[in-house]
Amino acid sequence: MHKAQRIQPDEVRKIAKLANLPVQNEELTKFSSQFSQTVDVIGQLNEVDTAGIPETYQVNNLVNVAREDVADTYRTLSQDQALSQAKITHQGYFVVPRVIDSSDEI
Amino acid sequence: MKELHTLTIDEVHEGYKKGEFTCSDLVRHFLDRIDKYNPKINAYLYINPKALEEAAKIDKEISEKGVDRPLLGIPVAVKDNFLTVGMPTTASSHILEGFMPQYESTTTKRLLDAGAVFLGKTNMDAFAHGSSTETSDFGPTLNPWNTGHLPGGSSGGSAAVISAQLATVAIGSETAGSIRQPAAWCGVTGFKPTYGRASRYGIVAMASSTDQPGPIAKSVKDCALVSEIIFGHDPNDATTSPKPIEKYSTVTGKEDLKGMKIGLIKEYLLPNMAGEVKEKVLEAADKLRSLGAVVEEVSLMDPKYAIGVYTVIQRSEVSSNLARFDGIRFGHERDRFNEENKRRIMLGTYTLSAGYYDAYYKKAQAVRTAIINEFDKLFETYDALIGPVSPGPALKVGASKDQPMFGEMEDILVEQSSIAGLTSVGLPCGFVDGLPIGLQITCAQLNESKALQIADCYQRNTDFVRFPDLDKTL
Repeated sequence: MHKAQRIQPDEVRKIAKLANLPVQNEELTKFSSQFSQTVDVIGQLNEVDTAGIPETYQVNNLVNVAREDVADTYRTLSQDQALSQAKITHQGYFVVPRVIDSSDEI
Repeated sequence: MKELHTLTIDEVHEGYKKGEFTCSDLVRHFLDRIDKYNPKINAYLYINPKALEEAAKIDKEISEKGVDRPLLGIPVAVKDNFLTVGMPTTASSHILEGFMPQYESTTTKRLLDAGAVFLGKTNMDAFAHGSSTETSDFGPTLNPWNTGHLPGGSSGGSAAVISAQLATVAIGSETAGSIRQPAAWCGVTGFKPTYGRASRYGIVAMASSTDQPGPIAKSVKDCALVSEIIFGHDPNDATTSPKPIEKYSTVTGKEDLKGMKIGLIKEYLLPNMAGEVKEKVLEAADKLRSLGAVVEEVSLMDPKYAIGVYTVIQRSEVSSNLARFDGIRFGHERDRFNEENKRRIMLGTYTLSAGYYDAYYKKAQAVRTAIINEFDKLFETYDALIGPVSPGPALKVGASKDQPMFGEMEDILVEQSSIAGLTSVGLPCGFVDGLPIGLQITCAQLNESKALQIADCYQRNTDFVRFPDLDKTL
């Protein structure tokens, strides 16, 4: 049977970090209790016997859908189009934040 | 003559052919109504400034060539999670405020190719995370029947638009209930196709293994007419079925349901459900019997387990899909996600994380198989399964606040069919306390025609397609 699982605020902080989401300290407690509530509902699944039942990840049974290995011009954006919604660009490129040399460890 | 906003697709085309009114007349009429009523229900987020210009072009086409395209001059409202070139797309989230899509979704492209004219974009739960439209970053939509109540969601704006008659048809999308539930709460008809029957290309993703677009309209026939345009294989979405689609509108108008065997899912008449709601569903079963169908009680796995399955699958897929919102290529920084968005992304990150993946994600996908197996068995005997769409009529404004599982609980009766990828019509089957109640008619994968045939026959033989008198309700 399912055992109630509590998700501690520290764990919420770690999940938020993994998900790259800013979370305020006061939100941690709230999320922690709400997550525990949700995980309790999910825990009911343990009442269903799934021994020998495989998982279903794709429901309409299509497999290995491939297309010809040629450029798909319908789905190609010009450089201008691709950059048109970016807040910061530089000489035709996207500007991205630095992701290396960060002292912030998980 | 009937008022322009009350017309169905066939009636609009009839009017064009007879020269009774033009597309410009119709669009202007809707824009006037939107001006008058939309501020009171917040169903549209954005009005297409070029609607009249496009209508004039359509009038020219009609005068030269007649009504030569299947949806020519039909005014359509589009949920704001469909990418539309020339109209902003926000998915009702601040993170996408100001975003102008660089390409067109397959659904809206097919509508435009068929001659439709877009009136605007409709409100929804932000990123479709909800069943109330209360999680929209641009304020909730209110139910046209009673503005103290919610329209449901996530396609609440589209359902309210049809109920308030602010467009001829609307487009919604469903991950688990997001077409059928708001249709039920607003008293209109919504149609969810089989997973993979319609393209997800250009729809802001929620849970990719169950997301599907579909119509919300005044009638089953209108849903069929729109579906035969927007459904079908799309090379831009590898999960779409290569099987050709049927001409859905040809199954409407049948005289009776002789030869149909329908199962009434007894677990869907929940123990805590109000007696009046159960009664409406049992009356619908009787009506189907009187139309010649055999209706028998059938049993399915307790729907409460579908809540767990759906929660895990949806949160997991949300966490992955929303990772792309990095504020670099488009949109704003991740701090603009609202609380509900953050909750879902983080819960999904948790269920997919090392140590919990087997316990949650794999377990949920195995229970999903068990549910599919139960459906498969029932569909060996039955053509369709019926039950209520929602545990009750529309809930009051504010009901979803601080309820982290609100959507999942309200969608308890539509989750099983969604996670199994089935096709289902939601349509009105009566009223309780002045608010509409919805019936679902669910069929096996790719049996869209059967679901529409049964729903259409039921709808034409009942009188539950009603619209609120907005001058009284708003």
